[in-house]
Amino acid sequence: MTMTMTKRSLVFVALLLAAMAQLSPAQAAGEAEPLPQHDWSFAGPFGTFDRGALQRGFQVYRQVCSACHGIKRVAFRNLADLGYSAEEIKAIAAEYQVTDGPNDDGEMFQRKATPADRFPSPYANEKAARAANNGAYPPDQSLIVKARHDGANYVRALLLGYGEAPAGMKIQDGMHYNKYFPGHQIAMASPLMEGVVTYQDGTPATQEQMANDVVTFLAWAAEPEAEARKRMGLKVMIFLVPMTIALYLLKRKIWSRVKH
Amino acid sequence: MSAPNAPQKPGLIGWLDYRLPIFGFMNKELREYPTPKNLSYAWNFGSLAGIILLIMILSGLFLAMNYTPSTDKAFDSVERIMRDVNFGWLLRYIHANGASAFFVVVYLHMARGLYYGSYKSPRELLWIIGVAILLLMMATAFMGYVLPWGQMSYWGATVITNLFSAIPVVGDDIVTWLWGGFSVDNPTLNRFFVLHYLLPFVILGVAFLHMIALHTHGSNNPTGLDAKKEDKIPFHPYYTIKDLFGLGVFLILFSVFVFYVPNYLGHPDNYTPANPLVTPAHIVPEWYFLPFYAILRAVPDKLGGVMLMFGSIALLAALPWLDRHPVRSGRYRPLFKKFFWLFVVNALVLGWAGGKPAEGHYLLIGRLCTAYYFIHMLVVLPLLSKFEKPHPLPTSIAAAS
Repeated sequence: MTMTMTKRSLVFVALLLAAMAQLSPAQAAGEAEPLPQHDWSFAGPFGTFDRGALQRGFQVYRQVCSACHGIKRVAFRNLADLGYSAEEIKAIAAEYQVTDGPNDDGEMFQRKATPADRFPSPYANEKAARAANNGAYPPDQSLIVKARHDGANYVRALLLGYGEAPAGMKIQDGMHYNKYFPGHQIAMASPLMEGVVTYQDGTPATQEQMANDVVTFLAWAAEPEAEARKRMGLKVMIFLVPMTIALYLLKRKIWSRVKH
Repeated sequence: MSAPNAPQKPGLIGWLDYRLPIFGFMNKELREYPTPKNLSYAWNFGSLAGIILLIMILSGLFLAMNYTPSTDKAFDSVERIMRDVNFGWLLRYIHANGASAFFVVVYLHMARGLYYGSYKSPRELLWIIGVAILLLMMATAFMGYVLPWGQMSYWGATVITNLFSAIPVVGDDIVTWLWGGFSVDNPTLNRFFVLHYLLPFVILGVAFLHMIALHTHGSNNPTGLDAKKEDKIPFHPYYTIKDLFGLGVFLILFSVFVFYVPNYLGHPDNYTPANPLVTPAHIVPEWYFLPFYAILRAVPDKLGGVMLMFGSIALLAALPWLDRHPVRSGRYRPLFKKFFWLFVVNALVLGWAGGKPAEGHYLLIGRLCTAYYFIHMLVVLPLLSKFEKPHPLPTSIAAAS
């Protein structure tokens, strides 16, 4: 009787925890719009980054986002994850100029980037970025997907969330209405116009296609270890589950000697 | 330890043990140690907590080799660990999720002690040492969360250190002294890193005292009855294998978090570098502090809130004298049992309310639950001690099964 009581209580506590877990994400989003959920290639325990989407997303980043947003934590050598060869990476890096130095004359100088360098940011510092952007600060995108609740869906929703402001809402000068941005006023104009890039692989560059691709790229930039992590997780599970079952059987065997 | 006058045993171990009885000590405390044979799986969490402490110290050691405690380098050095250090992401995710696992296991360990009256005579000191470990863990976890120097690190540190300003007269001076300046800044980060490295070893030492106190009178058991000699079995192999199985189950659950949802328990704001000029919309502590955070915010007065919060932990230490019912185990206390589960649910709801903005019905629920926490400790338990009629106790552990 005592056992059933304990078990019933435990079940109750478990249900309560589940209910609270259900309530929490909804609340965490606060007054914000619920985010449309996209079916990402990298979602789930076996998900991997779609290589085509990664390369297309990188192209969108380079040709659109990089005008204002840096990805300063990503190194050119990391692009190997996207499926580029060492030669291709060298060529991509050589398109960028980085500041090095000081040289023997004590001067800083510009040189072509190498695979060991990280992506140079578009502005020298936050002040310069704000001066060029009407006071707004385009944040570095290296970690953006990890730095927002439900980050991948949030960034995608934001990129696609532009439109007419609802009647009665006053939009300040230089600001744009966005359904998903906190406060609904964002300094960034809708960046992904249909056909703003011409994909090398011939995929039609619709707004939604570009958003999906660039978010896949940014998700990789935020968690470049994700695939290795999940692969290792599988190996760890393949080891742990049978070991734990064996330990349980051993426990039963050893305890069969104890008289109750 | 073997008796001082025991003759020297043959062999190298005998020679060593005759002079420094380490092997004799391990043999007695980890192998022969007589343990009640009726312990349930609720007794797995103590050794599990010890193992997690070692996991935390080891993973933390290697993280510290790659971390830079300075305000302009801390965030970058953590990202370098995540991206460039070999298996750095694994170390960091083990360490970050390990902190959560440590609290889960310790809270379960405490709940078991609460239900089965493990804090009652002669185990009062054992329990109080345990509460001391909890306090040390809280301090360590809090300072550890500051180290990545993200937005929640910075603002969490600002909010929590500011609590000390509630102390009358000297409060503000104490806060300046804690910070090493006039805001949370480089000196704060530096000292938090040093203390975060130091305190786990203090916890290790206090955990050792916890074990000595435990082994003096032995483990409590689900009946709460004093275990007689014939009710006991040697720790090895019976509880070594049972604890190993429990460790396996734990590692599977832990791995789900580390490998598949490593950031589920963290806050996304902490992937934005600390910025003293931008306050996050909601500053929330890590989940394991939320019940206490709800208590802190339950009263509109800062000093009152701080006193309630520390009072809630102090009352835990006072439990052996608040619950003076002669029967240890909740199994034979029909009323206590119901109130115990109410207390558990209350603590969970407190945690839930602590994660919400302190307004509207969240605040009301937080207040009601705070009230119940104190009523449970200060009214319910003393009254039950006096008036609750227990079920008849079995004559022995053997008779109970």
